[in-house]
Amino acid sequence: MKFLDEYRDAESARRLIETIRQASSRRWVLMEVCGGQTHSIVKYGLDELLSDAVELVHGPGCPVCVTPLEIIDRALAIASRPDAILCTFGDMARVPGSRTDLLALRAQGADVRVVYSPLDAVEVAARHPDRRVVFFAIGFETTAPANAMSVDLARRRRLRNFSVLVSHVRVPPAIDAIVEAPDNRVQAFLGPGHVCTVLGTGEYSELAKRHGIPIAVTGFEPIDLLAGILAAVRQLEEGRAEMQNCYGRVVLDAGNQSAQNLVTSVFEVCDRKWRGIGSIPNSGYRLRDHLREHDAEVVFDVGAIDTAESAECISGLILRGLKKPHDCPAFGTRCTPTTPLGATMVSSEGACAAYYAYGRPPRAPGLRSLPLAGMPKAAESAPGRPS
Amino acid sequence: MCLAVPGRIVRIFADGELHMGTVAFGGVSKCVCLEHVPDAKVGDYVLVHVGFALARIDEQEARRVFEVLETLGGLEELEAT
Repeated sequence: MKFLDEYRDAESARRLIETIRQASSRRWVLMEVCGGQTHSIVKYGLDELLSDAVELVHGPGCPVCVTPLEIIDRALAIASRPDAILCTFGDMARVPGSRTDLLALRAQGADVRVVYSPLDAVEVAARHPDRRVVFFAIGFETTAPANAMSVDLARRRRLRNFSVLVSHVRVPPAIDAIVEAPDNRVQAFLGPGHVCTVLGTGEYSELAKRHGIPIAVTGFEPIDLLAGILAAVRQLEEGRAEMQNCYGRVVLDAGNQSAQNLVTSVFEVCDRKWRGIGSIPNSGYRLRDHLREHDAEVVFDVGAIDTAESAECISGLILRGLKKPHDCPAFGTRCTPTTPLGATMVSSEGACAAYYAYGRPPRAPGLRSLPLAGMPKAAESAPGRPS
Repeated sequence: MCLAVPGRIVRIFADGELHMGTVAFGGVSKCVCLEHVPDAKVGDYVLVHVGFALARIDEQEARRVFEVLETLGGLEELEAT
């Protein structure tokens, strides 16, 4: 497909990798903050191809991953109501709450519907005036215009049975939190291209200046990612710290003004808790006060929510770039995509799920001696060797 | 989650209050909200996320990364395609 295939060209990728290697005098630590970028980097093995030139660590860039357990439990409580229809993006439906997940609840009779677009949820509300329809509105700034439009459209169409359960997160305050931590290792960031398509690059220029850290805004295909890595490495080598837009085909410095206007009319900035990290000031959106009748947390009183996180999970350290998935003894054994213990394994875009999907083996000692299911034991498959 | 896919607008229409379009992604077509790309025309490529076009793709900018590659030398294979 045009604008995809050419950015996956192997020869161009090899040339960029070689250039990055030559440009890099030491092993720089770079963080990408978008889960889609994490997924691409691990899928194409860019981190391994570049392992002698840069260390790529994976930030908190997956909104599904960082949605707090109590919000997921709240969604489950709402979906259990007989008069409710809960609409959600597909990747959120599989994330386990404290006791169950939305798809399991649907199997027990709850009306949970997976939608492609928030507008589909508005349509469900129009078709079912006797039911209360809730859209689970999660996402980064990229998704905020679409989610805001669902509320705006429901208001204009007077669909009082439509509400949204909001768990929106914003990227720049998370970058502040990562850089300002005393144990921070990150020396440059790959900026989230699609977030910037909406919000523009202004906040990232300020971040680069404020923290003296290079930020290369880039896309999601291997060539885009490598071009971003090269730009960041060149800045580090030259002692510069600027925002550099390496994704100009869709990112304008001013972003998308129409989308920003809609987001501002529906949402306001608030403090938000990130799963695995904790509360970050000004890092989320909530509905503006005049839209409270569309706020599912107001519409549905589900009482107090009591949650319990795994004590073993190290996703908080992974999300801040301090650990890698295979540093965790539970990775790939007690914690897998079907039985996730925490944030970075619950969605396919989480760092742990990406490492698991693309065959990065656990490093924990002892695991190597475990025979693979259905395979003969080493001694049996090596005739002539003393057992 | 922030996955957004480029596609080509093949039709523009109004759906109630919304400015909508049909966008082709390879062999698949979808209805997409064009409210945030008011200047987009049939034939333009747009970047689509959860049913919303977020940007028109700038063809000139799209070539820029390859111009950088050319300065690295040895791009004969790419130029031939």
